[in-house]
Amino acid sequence: MTEGDRLLAFTRDVPPGTPRTMPGQSPVIAPVGSTTLQPLDVAAVRRDFPLLSRVFHGKPVTYLDSAVSGQMPLPVIERMAKYERDEHTNVHRGVSTLSQEATDHFEAAREKVRRYIGAGSIREIVWTRGTTEAINLVAQTYGRTHVNAGDEILLSAMEHHANIVPWQLLAEEKGATLKVIPMTDAGELILESLDTLITDRTKLVGVVHVSNVLGTVNPVKEIIARAHAKGVPVLVDGAQAVPHLAVDVQDLDADFYAFSGHKLSGPTGIGVLYGKLAHLEAMPPWHGGGNMIRSVSWEKTTYMAAPGKFEAGTPPIAAAIGLGAALDYVTALGLERIAAHEHDLLVYATERLSAIPGLRILGNAKEKASVISFVVEGIHPHDMGSLLDGEGIVVRAGHHCAQPVMTRFNVPATTRASFAYFNTREEVDLLATAVLHAIELFK
Amino acid sequence: MSDPRELYQQVILEHNKKPRNFGKLEACTHHAEGHNPLCGDQLDVTLVIEDGLVRDIKFQGSGCAIDVASASLMTGAVKGKSVAEAEAMAEQFRGMVRGELNPETEAPLLGKLTLFSGVKNLPSRVKCAVLPWATLHAALKGEAEASTE
Repeated sequence: MTEGDRLLAFTRDVPPGTPRTMPGQSPVIAPVGSTTLQPLDVAAVRRDFPLLSRVFHGKPVTYLDSAVSGQMPLPVIERMAKYERDEHTNVHRGVSTLSQEATDHFEAAREKVRRYIGAGSIREIVWTRGTTEAINLVAQTYGRTHVNAGDEILLSAMEHHANIVPWQLLAEEKGATLKVIPMTDAGELILESLDTLITDRTKLVGVVHVSNVLGTVNPVKEIIARAHAKGVPVLVDGAQAVPHLAVDVQDLDADFYAFSGHKLSGPTGIGVLYGKLAHLEAMPPWHGGGNMIRSVSWEKTTYMAAPGKFEAGTPPIAAAIGLGAALDYVTALGLERIAAHEHDLLVYATERLSAIPGLRILGNAKEKASVISFVVEGIHPHDMGSLLDGEGIVVRAGHHCAQPVMTRFNVPATTRASFAYFNTREEVDLLATAVLHAIELFK
Repeated sequence: MSDPRELYQQVILEHNKKPRNFGKLEACTHHAEGHNPLCGDQLDVTLVIEDGLVRDIKFQGSGCAIDVASASLMTGAVKGKSVAEAEAMAEQFRGMVRGELNPETEAPLLGKLTLFSGVKNLPSRVKCAVLPWATLHAALKGEAEASTE
């Protein structure tokens, strides 16, 4: 199986032989080939995003920061407003029509998530506040019951702090050790190292699907297969993957898959933990409270079956319904068309930025999503960020909550542009021009 | 909020490119390290204090242009001043970049350092400008570390 076939195998509804327009198909080398897909009507799409008509410092905003948070289209905003205006109550409570209606909308959103990631059952979809909480949930339940003194947790060298710190806390508590899958200078994980890194003490592998700094699309299906061959379960941090590529958790055979609503055109405050039902059923509850119990007495409490036992308290109902609307929106646009458009932007931006003297892009993986981190000789990323802000361009400057990645590439920080389906080549041009202006100023 | 580009005046760009008093005083009497955890800026300040006067001062480290230019201009401004005056300048500088005092009427000790007054319009960058002064303050107090957290 070639690299391209492997990525296509991740995607649903893409027959074999489809032109390779997925993100990260060797973006530096070739322009996007012909495609049978009808391209996105980006001008129409942009009208769904009120924020894109804002002006900063006299310049129309150029939002190149979707890896920090994706913008929400009007249908999502309006769906959430409708819930708050006409349908607001609590879920799983009482017998009123209003309450039943809210519960139905809330659970319908769960079903939309199930379908979007190809899970077998809605019982495998746990609502969380976001990716971070989802990973902490696994660390504090699955982790605490399976990891003991002397055990090992294997993480990749390109993890976000959200997939490092929860395991560090657990390792400190249990006397376990963290080990790291190294990466190449191009920003690709060295899979050969898995043979020695996965030992009989390894209790879990945690790996990011798409790096938030480097854009690398990791071959998680292969990593999972290798870990499973040694009986080790795998948690995938999918926060940056779900906005860009079709994910099928059953095809990947992931044990756990975590992501956030707000990177996926949805609201903040809602996220998802997918877990194989057998794991979720065996895991103890985490937070205690209402909603997660079957019965409570002073002597003993019994818990709901998964996913209920992990959902203590009143959930963010409007946010969950909003995420459902976001999945509808993205699905209607078509993930393949989104991927093709974003890949075109990635290729074009890579060309434009690479041509700037003194600019270095971090991460040149063969499989890459539409995220470009760069540094410019003699200009600190924070100065670059401020100067781009002066041109109305919103990017992220900093360590991207991935300090070990900064250390690996020996930079204090980077400037990162991330491209979504509503961005255009003209915006890439604005970015390149603004970077050149900054270089001119600092000369 | 004003245009961030206005902050990048020639004086700041020039001090960033050629920072003054850059390095380390091996025979220092006072020393502190400063960190800005948010952006990873770090610098250390070494001083020679004699008879209550700042006889010499150097800094080294890595950071953004605002941080480096602020440190460079600070070292030039406090050299030869009394410790009490250096502390008073640090106080005025912090007040100015936080927008708490008027640079034209309430910061008589700062002189050309008032060119940093525009930082007050960029809250995310205030810590960059303040870090050298916070580190100087820590060194004068005999504290080993300063943080803008």
